[in-house]
Amino acid sequence: MSELRQLPLWQSVKIGLLGGAVALYLCLIGMIEVFGRSDIIERVISLGQVLLLLSGLGAGYLAARRVGEPTDALTILSNGVVAGGITGGLLTGLVIIGSMVNLRAVFINASPALYTALTLGAGPNGAWIPLVGGAALGLLAALFYLLPPRVRQPLMNGLLGVLLAGLFAGLLRVILAARPGWSAELGRFLFASEGLTLAGASLFFILAGGLTLLWSQSQATVRERITRLPEAQRKTLRWTMLGLAVILILILPQVSGAFIAQVIVLVGIFALMGLGLNITLGMAGLFDLGFVAFFAISAYTVGLLTSTGEHGIAQWSWWAAAPVGVLLAMIAGAFFGLPVLGIRGDYLAIATLGFGEIVRLLVGSDFLRPWLGGSFGILAIPKPWIGNLELAGPQQIYYLAVFGAMLVAFVAVRLRDSRLGRAWMAIREDEDVAEALGVNLVQTKLLAYMLGGAFAGLGGAIFAALVGSIFPHSMNLLVSVNVVALLIVGGMGSIPGVIVGALALIGLPELFREFAEYRYLLYGVALIVMMLAKPEGLWPSAAIRRELHTEEINEVETNPDSSGAVPAS
Amino acid sequence: MYTSLTEKLTDWSIALYLWGFRIIVILIVIVGTALTLMGGKYNSQQWIDFVVFGIAQGSIYALIALGYTMVYGILRMINFAHGEIFMSGAFSAYFVASALEQSGFLDQNPIVALALVMLVAMAASSGIALLVERVAYRPLRQAPRLVPLISAIGASFFLQYTFRGLFGPGVYAYPVVEPLQGEWTFFGINILKAQVVVTIAAVLMMLGLYTIVMRTKIGKAMRAVSEDKATAALMGINVDRVIVVTFALGAAMAGVAGVLYALVFRQVNFFMGFVPGIKAFTSAVLGGIGNIPGAMLGGLFLGIFESLGPALFLESLGIVAPYQLKDAIAFTMLVLVLIFRPSGILGERLTVKKA
Repeated sequence: MSELRQLPLWQSVKIGLLGGAVALYLCLIGMIEVFGRSDIIERVISLGQVLLLLSGLGAGYLAARRVGEPTDALTILSNGVVAGGITGGLLTGLVIIGSMVNLRAVFINASPALYTALTLGAGPNGAWIPLVGGAALGLLAALFYLLPPRVRQPLMNGLLGVLLAGLFAGLLRVILAARPGWSAELGRFLFASEGLTLAGASLFFILAGGLTLLWSQSQATVRERITRLPEAQRKTLRWTMLGLAVILILILPQVSGAFIAQVIVLVGIFALMGLGLNITLGMAGLFDLGFVAFFAISAYTVGLLTSTGEHGIAQWSWWAAAPVGVLLAMIAGAFFGLPVLGIRGDYLAIATLGFGEIVRLLVGSDFLRPWLGGSFGILAIPKPWIGNLELAGPQQIYYLAVFGAMLVAFVAVRLRDSRLGRAWMAIREDEDVAEALGVNLVQTKLLAYMLGGAFAGLGGAIFAALVGSIFPHSMNLLVSVNVVALLIVGGMGSIPGVIVGALALIGLPELFREFAEYRYLLYGVALIVMMLAKPEGLWPSAAIRRELHTEEINEVETNPDSSGAVPAS
Repeated sequence: MYTSLTEKLTDWSIALYLWGFRIIVILIVIVGTALTLMGGKYNSQQWIDFVVFGIAQGSIYALIALGYTMVYGILRMINFAHGEIFMSGAFSAYFVASALEQSGFLDQNPIVALALVMLVAMAASSGIALLVERVAYRPLRQAPRLVPLISAIGASFFLQYTFRGLFGPGVYAYPVVEPLQGEWTFFGINILKAQVVVTIAAVLMMLGLYTIVMRTKIGKAMRAVSEDKATAALMGINVDRVIVVTFALGAAMAGVAGVLYALVFRQVNFFMGFVPGIKAFTSAVLGGIGNIPGAMLGGLFLGIFESLGPALFLESLGIVAPYQLKDAIAFTMLVLVLIFRPSGILGERLTVKKA
């Protein structure tokens, strides 16, 4: 056994087993089947098949890379074949076992349809297909690895471009088809009723690959030309970019239609809350897992004050009710913040989680039903009006959400650079030192809770206007977890990071309904992977990046996998 | 030291607010209890039922709490995914139990069958806990405290939705164990058999664990590592191995708790771990986290309090459907303990540095 472990092939066997485990997992949780329904290229390849191909290719590629450069091509190729073959072999095993035993009694997704998909329609007789296919994919991946990077990069990006275009095909087609004439023609040329047409796929492949090729050759010259521009011209360039972005933001909902507008409103609401939590958690380092409480308090306040239904008490306009909601959320922030002032770290997370759950249980209880509607919620919340214009649907509320998010982002930037922001960061780094330096802990922490609560409250108020009715079950822990996850994936303490996180974690799952079922699964994976690989987030703030990477210097010794870390100077 | 008037004022108002908080909670409990006892709505058999149910439920919480407390004692981290490890034990045991039921073995040899089911649950829970520890916690041991907690939250979601994907979102009904149906009568008091068995099994498991920790060599190593990791390593203790054993033991307890929970509540679902997990954490904090007898005590206390609470002091205050607020009682208790006595009932180990 110990001799076996020293063989270079053993590593490839391990990689193959790992790849196979991933592929089996994807099959058994039903991803292959669910994603098999959405085609990337119509009638050629589906998303589910892409996932299967990727697990085989990935195993082969990793095995080839592990063997590395100094060995000859034959070793690299054989390692790729072994890894890919084992990955496929496990799937073959699944098909064989599945045809003998009724696995479905335990695993609900081990259906005949899955076996058909795995054997490309051949059924149990074609059990060899995944094995051979896996080996072929491993070979392909190893060959791909042998290509020079100059060829590899454009090829990879071309395929990635096709994949992305295929994922967005449904959306893009609807947008293009909305306008008759050349736009609809283009849409019909590129996109089929499901996925891309073959012509569209080739076009996207050439486009993405070609652009990469072009960019890799001219990147340096473009950069250089921009830096060589005189200051005034660079300024104009920046302002033009900004202007273009603003125009794009303004006309987007009218071009894209109600569905995308709705998604963007949700992204905006969560970005608002993310910016709020960014103050409490990102800047002040206070882990609040009960963020939904503030959201709920404000949403219910707005609902009660504006509703024309049975629970409405005032029938105010949204504009009058929203500030009250935000104010109450802010007071609630102080109210919840005061008792937990002395609690730190993970204890705080659990205590605040308790607060969030208490609020949810209370608003949903029969005890408060005469006032808050119990599990039936509050209905008939009127839309906000601007003058004579009703913000009726998501396409109009969009502006409210975007304006709110921009306002909050502005406030957040100003706060970060203020004396208060620096006090928060001092507390995050070390409470005792901060106190010794004259930071008033009580006041500063309370302000963090209150402002975080106020931002979440604004999110709740806009949510009430968007949905028009509020129910206790939309006030659950998942809202808090969403906000925490988007903040962490985006990058804690960084304002653009929050927006990137909201787009990635709220926008993408809303756009791809196929993903909806696996949304929280992917969140879980994303949180773990982010913590392992990039704890500072996708778009980190400079301070946090420095902080986390100095700590990695110690870690590198125990964990060679994190060697991508760049120690801070 | 110079303190301004406004600072003094804020200090006073905070103290006032916290005291008000305490007084209101205590008033609710006392007034409610008094009103209920004067009202006399429930007879003594009903009260005993509440208490016995509370003890059974509490001993399950205590079993889960052991996992939290042991891991916290050694790594100073909250294993947020522990509730899901409990769930995975119950879930995998469900398939074994229903297979045994279909073959008729469960009815012929209920004791052997139940022992087998528990073993499977322990093995499944331990296996999953070790996997989670290896993948999500071990690489992050040197990282800032927030990082492993977030990773644990991720692991919790991953496990929940993996089980949802593998076995579906539905609720599975646990098979009926015939000999555990009905009641026993002790001294004229009727007690449900299942609850007695659950309590006894839980207490036995806890005693077993306590023996392992206090009497065996690995237990000694665990205590040493929880005292000081670096020194323990210098004394020749394999810290990694001790941590792995701790996770496995805690998870095994959670797996047994999963089976016992399923015997009482008779169903399993992918989301079943969340609420018991939080409550077990409350129990661990209540008893003093890092303290094994404390976790047991905290679990029993929470179980009884939660089972009695709605009838004892909520209903008489005019609250409609007080049982909906059962979980709110537990959460309130968690918050209260964290605020007013974060060291818990038995704990004195939790200094500011460790918290």
